[in-house]
Amino acid sequence: MEGTMFARGLKRKCWDGDEDVEGAPAAPSYSLQRQSLLDMSLVKLQLCHTLVEPNLCRSVLIANTVRQIQEEMTQDGAWQLPAPPVAGRGPLDHLVSTEILCRAAWEQQGQRPAPDLPSELPGALGAPAPGSAQSCIWEADSSRGHRGSFPKSLDQIFETLESRAPSPVEGLFADAGGPYYDLDAVLTGMVGGKSGPGGGDGLQALAPAGAPPPSASCKRDLGELDHVVEILVET
Amino acid sequence: MVLQPSERHYRDWSHRRLGPWCSPTGSPAPLSCETGCGEGSWILVCRLLVPTQVSLLSMEEDIDTRKINNSFLRDHSYATEADIISTVEFNHTGELLATGDKGGRVVIFQREQESKNQVHRRGEYNVYSTFQSHEPEFDYLKSLEIEEKINKIRWLPQQNAAYFLLSTNDKTVKLWKVSERDKRPEGYNLKDEEGRLRDPATITTLRVPVLRPMDLMVEATPRRVFANAHTYHINSISVNSDYETYMSADDLRINLWNFEITNQSFNIVDIKPANMEELTEVITAAEFHPHHCNTFVYSSSKGTIRLCDMRASALCDRHTKFFEEPEDPSNRSFFSEIISSISDVKFSHSGRYIMTRDYLTVKVWDLNMESRPIETYQVHDYLRSKLCSLYENDCIFDKFECVWNGSDSVIMTGSYNNFFRMFDRNTKRDVTLEASRENSKPRAILKPRKVCVGGKRRKDEISVDSLDFSKKILHTAWHPSENIIAVAATNNLYIFQDKVN
Repeated sequence: MEGTMFARGLKRKCWDGDEDVEGAPAAPSYSLQRQSLLDMSLVKLQLCHTLVEPNLCRSVLIANTVRQIQEEMTQDGAWQLPAPPVAGRGPLDHLVSTEILCRAAWEQQGQRPAPDLPSELPGALGAPAPGSAQSCIWEADSSRGHRGSFPKSLDQIFETLESRAPSPVEGLFADAGGPYYDLDAVLTGMVGGKSGPGGGDGLQALAPAGAPPPSASCKRDLGELDHVVEILVET
Repeated sequence: MVLQPSERHYRDWSHRRLGPWCSPTGSPAPLSCETGCGEGSWILVCRLLVPTQVSLLSMEEDIDTRKINNSFLRDHSYATEADIISTVEFNHTGELLATGDKGGRVVIFQREQESKNQVHRRGEYNVYSTFQSHEPEFDYLKSLEIEEKINKIRWLPQQNAAYFLLSTNDKTVKLWKVSERDKRPEGYNLKDEEGRLRDPATITTLRVPVLRPMDLMVEATPRRVFANAHTYHINSISVNSDYETYMSADDLRINLWNFEITNQSFNIVDIKPANMEELTEVITAAEFHPHHCNTFVYSSSKGTIRLCDMRASALCDRHTKFFEEPEDPSNRSFFSEIISSISDVKFSHSGRYIMTRDYLTVKVWDLNMESRPIETYQVHDYLRSKLCSLYENDCIFDKFECVWNGSDSVIMTGSYNNFFRMFDRNTKRDVTLEASRENSKPRAILKPRKVCVGGKRRKDEISVDSLDFSKKILHTAWHPSENIIAVAATNNLYIFQDKVN
């Protein structure tokens, strides 16, 4: 077993450095360690409730690690097979809980709190929550739909990262001779547009001046930001 | 902000009690750069701390300013997070040493002039100028703070009496002019000596103002502000050898600027994918070639280095050379990519080599060989079995810098536990030294340190599990021509020199 573990390259997960205590069970199985690493990585990807923009390099490296784990798990078939009941959770529950971890990134924007499990699956993002009006302008991807929860989470994270970086309105403040800022505006709009039904949202994002301001029913915690957006959009 | 260089608030005076030193044989030992760093000896010249207003306020007792400054360098730690040094850089002559910190301040130290009576005092640095370079900003559109932390400082070569440097935070680069003033005009007609306007009716004669000497004052003024050109966080700036342009690199793009023009920059590298979901690689560092103004390199989070020639095309998305070492399959793990991410890239002074730092190693590459590095040095390989824990506590993402000495014969980089390492490329010897208050008496020779990797621990060794991962040496600098090094350990700046100096 040890040989297999090292061949795969995953060293003992966070038990490295710990001494084996007498009578303790053997090192956790490789798949359990791998799962733990996956969980840890997804938690790390959560955009923290900090005021500063997250470190893109770190996020990319963690996301790549997550992808690697996922690929390996897919190859192993571990992704599809239901885990034995002993593990405590079925794969679907696990996938959902993963999604909730990633969903925390959206919650950061002030959207609804931890939703019910059933409603979280397909298309939930399309629901007209107060925050999603916000997402029309910034992310333009309410209707990405469900491609499989796992990759979706990664995509969501990157879109959130993306949205935090260039924004359509930023084009208004770009330097003369900075063609890429206009391109950013286009790209931000088109991210959602590329995958089909998001096209309308993309177009909306392209024309910030014409975008309707968020409705008055926005949540209080978004109110101030939306107010600022309103002012800028109407400028 | 103006600081009198004669103010000695920031010096540690305790070393003055120690007498002169020499090597055990009584004759000066050869320079480290000639014999190799393993045989040379390093001594602490001074340890510098700069207090801030914030740290004064954070104290519990109410002590007056004078007492604070004098007692500052004793065992109190009044430093706050704003004092954490985030970049260190010598200027081209080594006369000045600039540091930037998390609070957006730049502090410039100047080398003590050689004097006949106190020859051994040469090599010490005193505060020359302090100024607030960047302020925290708030991006209202994204509801995000823009940190004022100084990511990099780069000096321009000196062309007149004033000194110029570039300093940057995540978003904005500034060109600062640091100049001395030792004369002031006196004898105005319309103002009196205190500067108050005089009643014109009282003026009966006219005189020409004259310049009179005054106490030396060092002023720092912002001459250019290069803003709004980076969507992502700036990680590098590099002055071109033409002294007219410089580049700034963020996670996905590199821009070329002319020093005279602040409202425009040319984008020369753009690795942002059309679809951000496809993003798997970012730019981590970039530098111009020291002599060829058309050539630069940039490193990536996947452990690759690209050399680009700006003559080839306006947008240098296609590299001229691509440096990558093939992966070692026996060492493969889920952390392989993370530890291969390059945190710093530096051209040698000769321009023939580049040095890269990844999490566990420093590598030297020959520009003429892209397939693999010509030299690889293990910085702290004992961490290889700890990668999972280091991933958990985020230490695996620490970005260590690396530096060449003036003759490109020795390279230096930092590690944990306030350790830093030097590798002599000629003798292949290496040494681990520590920058800490407890272990360095001024002018005492630094003792080499050793990490024990299992098995029996010898008396002076430290075991891997006892290493303090919160004490990391990320930023170091080497004097351009002499064996003087500056090592930043959190809020302390240590200056070490080779014994002979």
